[in-house]
Amino acid sequence: MASIWRYLLAGLGLAALLVAILAVVFLTAPRSSLPAGPDVARTKKTDNGLYVASFVPERGVVRQGELESWLLTLKTKTGASVERAAIAISGGMPQHNHGLPTSPQVTDYLGEGRYRIEGLKFTMSGWWQLRFAISSGAGSDTVLFNVVL
Amino acid sequence: MKRLFRFLALMVAVVLVGCGKPDFSDAEKKTIASLALSSLPALKPDTTNHFADVPAAAALGSTLFFDQGMSGDGSVSCSTCHKIDRQFQDDLPQAVGVGHTNRRTMPLAGVAHDPWFFWDGRRDSLWAQALTPLENPLEQAGNRAAYAHYIKARFGERYERIFGPLPDFSGMPLNASPLGNDAEKAAWNAMSSAQRDAINGVFVNIGKAIAAFERSIAPAPARFDRFALDLATGAEPKGDAVFSKQEILGLKLFIGKANCVTCHNGPRFTDNSFHNTGVPPVAGLPPDRGRIDAVHQVEADPFNCLGAYRDGDVAACGELRFMVKNAPQLIRAYKTPSLRGAATRPPYMHAGQFSSLDEVVAHYAKAAPSVEGVSEVHPLELSDRERAALVAFLKTLSE
Ligand code: HEC
Ligand code: HEC
Repeated sequence: MASIWRYLLAGLGLAALLVAILAVVFLTAPRSSLPAGPDVARTKKTDNGLYVASFVPERGVVRQGELESWLLTLKTKTGASVERAAIAISGGMPQHNHGLPTSPQVTDYLGEGRYRIEGLKFTMSGWWQLRFAISSGAGSDTVLFNVVL
Repeated sequence: MKRLFRFLALMVAVVLVGCGKPDFSDAEKKTIASLALSSLPALKPDTTNHFADVPAAAALGSTLFFDQGMSGDGSVSCSTCHKIDRQFQDDLPQAVGVGHTNRRTMPLAGVAHDPWFFWDGRRDSLWAQALTPLENPLEQAGNRAAYAHYIKARFGERYERIFGPLPDFSGMPLNASPLGNDAEKAAWNAMSSAQRDAINGVFVNIGKAIAAFERSIAPAPARFDRFALDLATGAEPKGDAVFSKQEILGLKLFIGKANCVTCHNGPRFTDNSFHNTGVPPVAGLPPDRGRIDAVHQVEADPFNCLGAYRDGDVAACGELRFMVKNAPQLIRAYKTPSLRGAATRPPYMHAGQFSSLDEVVAHYAKAAPSVEGVSEVHPLELSDRERAALVAFLKTLSE
């Protein structure tokens, strides 16, 4: 009889071991999403509050490894369209210490404060940053957008 | 008593199976699926080359690719270096044609998916690339006027069925090129611009035919792809699709701690971009600064996408229009090579600097600084077991 208890105890011990292993595996498994990712808002106030900028892919979706065009829409604080702005674009991947793999440029003004930016390419998945230096009659300001893919 | 034993045996089995089965997070599974050959998109049409998908052009291109007549001294063809039974490369640290070159022959599987060609990307289309070795004195060492005459003599009819009538060559020199020796340059300069354009036209069509052939050179599925497919569908892996524990560890390192997948990504294991990875120069070879020096060359190439010999719309020229021209990151930056088939074709890197995958992995672990410019690679803490696992994983891309 005593031996049965011993086996039962061994069984319980093994069960506990299994639970422990599962717990370790579960707790150390890499998370599928970034814990606290960067702010990926597509519409933002510029750094000194001169403009409201929004930055969206022209085709709606972002595809890795393809040349893409995006639209940058610029409004003043009061909501007026910003026309004839000069826009300089820079950026890169902050976690990999490198700049953009292409040099995107403004290629067209589409009216109503909308500028087409061609030549963007996200060659890797991860956290990208795009900086715009904007200057127009309303003054010069900068804005940074994060894109995570 | 018996039941208890069975219960215990079952629990032991559960524990063992739990350890042996590959266990990947959802993020890892997504990355693995993105590396599988099944996720390679269909080849996009090349609108800059009207003949890219014309079978007769590809057939002529294939003939030219293997034809030693396509060289200055009749001894070298594309296939001298790009050997069909060796993944279209030659196993040498630096290629040897008419002379000894300064770079390693690149394998060609899937090359038509690339936006840039050569280790430094100094050409922007497959057809413009093909023209370069033909006139390089160290490779095929010919000149474009001689090639045009040769095409007329050997393949005139085939050529005309594809590209239309050949120009009238009467009064044109037998040897002439803006890139040739002094006599060839002088002959080129003495030609009228209409004559030069006629020769260039035939020369370009040679490139377009060879490019049409190269579009058919595709990567073959490997063990990794069978493993990835089973992982994606949840099927029980069978036969060689089963990965050993070591291979699974290597895969996890490749897409995780070792960061390889940041550059070697997508189904061809390349981001099609240029990076300085601190690979040392080879003593005795001329200085090689990689991408930074290639930018001006591709801009100045009369056969680039913005030049007069492109077919189709200028909209196809985005890569050239929006290329990075003068960032410090281009110094000693080279094109990320595909890793498919790499295990069975040493040596490695742009001038054959490393002779084994063990040396490659040791290089990444150490991450020595670049002789010029800044390496993007950071030192890795890798145990001997982990290094061996990375190499074991790379081998699954070749079997
Ligand atoms: C003497 C050997 C040799 C010959 C002959 C040769 N190649 Fe190459 N090939 C090389 C080398 C070396 C490189 C890399 C050169 C560099 O980066 O400067 C290369 C690069 C290439 C690439 C670029 C691949 C990539 O991934 O960017 C293509 C395509 C190619 N060759 C096709 C051809 C064709 C087509 C011919 C014939 C018209 C040819 N080669 C003749 C040695 C050769
Ligand atoms: C920063 C981008 C980057 C990262 C990260 C990276 N590689 Fe590379 N890899 C390259 C480039 C660029 C080359 C070619 C360098 C040269 O020739 O100078 C290369 C070459 C190679 C080659 C040689 C292939 C050939 O045909 O010559 C192998 C193998 C390789 N890498 C494996 C790895 C492994 C394994 C890791 C992770 C430990 C890794 N790479 C991380 C960019 C990268």
